[in-house]
Amino acid sequence: MLLPRVEPKRSAHGWTSRVALVGWGVLLAGNVAAAAEDLSVFSPATRPASSIRDLFFLVLGIAGVILLIVEGLIFYCAYRFRQRRGEKSEPPQIYGSTPIEVAWTVAPLLTVFVLFLVVVRSVTEVRGESPPADSLRVIAIGHQWWWEFVYPDLGIRTANELYIPCREEGSTPTIALELQSADVIHSFWVPRLGGKTDHIPGRTNRMWFDAPERGAYHGQCAEYCGTQHANMKLLVVAESAEEFRLWHEQERREANHEAAVDAGRERFLALNCINCHTIRGTAAAGTVGPDLTHLMARRTLAAGACVNDHEHLTQWLADPDAIKPGSEMPNLHLSRQDVDLIVAYLSTLH
Amino acid sequence: MAVAEPLAMRTELSDTARLRAWSTTVDHKRIGLLYVGTSLIFLVIGGLEALLIRWQLWAPELRVLGPTQFNQLFTMHGTTMIFFVVMPMLLGFANYLVPLMIGARDMAFPRLNALSYWLYALGGALTHFSFFAGGAPDVGWFAYAPLTEYTFSRGHSTDYWILGLLVSGLGSLFTGINLLTTILALRAPGMNLARMPLFVWMMLVDAILLIFAIPPLTAAQLMLLLDRSLGAHFFDTQAGGSALLWQHLFWFFGHPEVYILALPAFGMISEIVPVFSRKVIFGYESVAAATVTIGVISMGVWAHHMFTVGMSDVLDAIFSGASFLIAVPTGIKMFNWIATLYGGRLRFESPLLFAVGFLAMFVMGGLTGIMLAAVPIDWQVSDSYFVVAHFHYVLFGGSLFAIMAGFFYWFPKASGRRLSERLGRWQFWIMLAGFNLTFGPMHVAGLLGMPRRIYTYSDDRGWTLWNQLATVGALVLGVAFVLFFWNLFVSWRRGAPAGDDPWDAWTLEWATHSPPAPYNFETIPPVHSRRPLWDLKHPQDPDWILPDRAQPEVIA
Repeated sequence: MLLPRVEPKRSAHGWTSRVALVGWGVLLAGNVAAAAEDLSVFSPATRPASSIRDLFFLVLGIAGVILLIVEGLIFYCAYRFRQRRGEKSEPPQIYGSTPIEVAWTVAPLLTVFVLFLVVVRSVTEVRGESPPADSLRVIAIGHQWWWEFVYPDLGIRTANELYIPCREEGSTPTIALELQSADVIHSFWVPRLGGKTDHIPGRTNRMWFDAPERGAYHGQCAEYCGTQHANMKLLVVAESAEEFRLWHEQERREANHEAAVDAGRERFLALNCINCHTIRGTAAAGTVGPDLTHLMARRTLAAGACVNDHEHLTQWLADPDAIKPGSEMPNLHLSRQDVDLIVAYLSTLH
Repeated sequence: MAVAEPLAMRTELSDTARLRAWSTTVDHKRIGLLYVGTSLIFLVIGGLEALLIRWQLWAPELRVLGPTQFNQLFTMHGTTMIFFVVMPMLLGFANYLVPLMIGARDMAFPRLNALSYWLYALGGALTHFSFFAGGAPDVGWFAYAPLTEYTFSRGHSTDYWILGLLVSGLGSLFTGINLLTTILALRAPGMNLARMPLFVWMMLVDAILLIFAIPPLTAAQLMLLLDRSLGAHFFDTQAGGSALLWQHLFWFFGHPEVYILALPAFGMISEIVPVFSRKVIFGYESVAAATVTIGVISMGVWAHHMFTVGMSDVLDAIFSGASFLIAVPTGIKMFNWIATLYGGRLRFESPLLFAVGFLAMFVMGGLTGIMLAAVPIDWQVSDSYFVVAHFHYVLFGGSLFAIMAGFFYWFPKASGRRLSERLGRWQFWIMLAGFNLTFGPMHVAGLLGMPRRIYTYSDDRGWTLWNQLATVGALVLGVAFVLFFWNLFVSWRRGAPAGDDPWDAWTLEWATHSPPAPYNFETIPPVHSRRPLWDLKHPQDPDWILPDRAQPEVIA
């Protein structure tokens, strides 16, 4: 399942029973089943991520050998030279030995020198060449606490879910991200696609990767960025060229205009919603919050805090803090009727 | 005649008189004990914060704590443990031990020493007062700009954090100056630099690191304070300030700081391992030289905390290379300690148990450090739980295990009584198990993509098991600490009398009474080598008779 599960109405007292219910066995099973939302650095889907995994195993191997040797020596000494009953005399005093000390200075020096060379090669492999000119350019902007994605060459602007073309027979497009921040430092991390790079206000960082297989790749903000750092999740959706074309053509269109939900649209445009949100084709042109023109194309709300369905959308409008406490989405204390009207309207924005 | 009976037996003073004596003291031993005692209080606070954090992360989507509370707790846990527990604890040991080890009457500047302690206490109190003044800081212990700017951090929590660290930082700076002067100027006759105990060597380098590392932090704190209070724009990116400037300044302090926390621990191990192996340290010169090398390199590795900010390939390579390089002198020390164990007659009492525990755990932290220095690996696991695991293996498995060894080793000197050996053993094994159970699984959580500093996670991310193991481990650690505090509490009043030299040791602090009189020594033993008490105890086989290694300078 791609959709994160959220039960926002959970009471503050329910945790004990829940913990008891879940139990260790179930958790173990759940742990294995969780591969559906794989964020492991060990299942790379791109060249940079594979390259890093290989480097990881190499360095882990070297570190593992050193660990075994050193721990082995420690335990050997601790066992072999422990004081036995009746031993009283002082052991021979050995003050040092220049050859031995030179040896254990030179051996580590050589080891780290080799490691250094390996790292330099790996850095150039992962980040060395610039992305090709025909890469898909996406400007990713970190906000407290959501992601904005701008496709300058396609003329679209969306949020939290990054759509990219996938790897296909005979063609592997490159995705080139330009990372910026609207406020504080964030960090773009989708482990299966590669390492993380920070979004730093006042500068543009770049990262790129070759398109992965068709599928969904999860990640989240990796640099602490304030109250809701935990719910600043990322979803990268890789689709076939055809699916991707359909998606971005749809995204480029102005918002749906259904007469049946005129009342909801009017409420939306009359309220403070438009100070922060844009719905292209209407008067709403705020840029503080996510663009809602095609809200229904998104799987989640509030940067992955909950599923994008009627129930959660209703709750999100009525009481954002119940889903994402401390988020920048204000509680406008809308009447039940307003909430329903606006949800009905938003639900038409496909 | 020196006062030979244990401290706690001196009950002739009234409580107010005692309070006055302790609060106005300029005696290095009392100041040392004040440092250690205060840092133990903060250890309890920081530990409880850690338990709350682990409680919240026990299962997905718990609401034991809200996001803001959680963010305050991890900020305060990190800040407290680094600035108000480990650092002052080590400075407390240094305060107590350095003058005794070099045969001095006191520190070079006793009143400055008292000022240092009170600045530290004030800084700690100020930082924690924020809990009662609108909320604790919630910006993380390295407080990256611009999250700390007033735009993003309203109220005064961040100001308390700045002021608390500013004040206690000044205290640490003064202690650095004081230790440096003491070691260079007040050594007993005969104790040249090459005859100093290794703990003193490490504190010498530590003091120099303090003097170099604290000022950039102080400057950064002042700049941030100006930004927040007077509308300056050093780190205000919206007005053209630089977010990365903070990171450079902070880590230029922050990485030497890691060694400021590690070197005194190395020093303790370098004292304890030989005494309990009944062997002289193997390769004194290379241990001392490695310490100096670590000190120098530690000032050139700071940007390995910043591999993800988008530096150039060349900078990444330089800082990666320097970080690899620092593993070499650290490795040398490890081999020297092991070689000291080799061929010894190991007395496995609590100090050696904890010291060997330190060796075994610190290796882990060191090796994950090497992995993190490999830039592309860092791109993946930086800011994940892998890093959290790494630095806990360094600072807990390393520094704190060494501090525990130090407590069991020097407690008899300070109190005249021994800590309970039985409780010590229980504590060691429980702590070792709890430690690995808490921090081992965090490596896995990080590799499975769990970022640090998240107050909750959803159940389909596959991190639950590892968090549960860590939470159970944290509880086990709690038990170990309860045993430790109980041991301290009981043994301080009713422990077995220790005598002046309970471990049959070789450095000068064991040549005086336990606890030492205010003036430390009636007569300072002659210092002809690195182990003056060994020479006294083995007149037929003294260190100074050896022509080469034990006696670098020809006897005059």
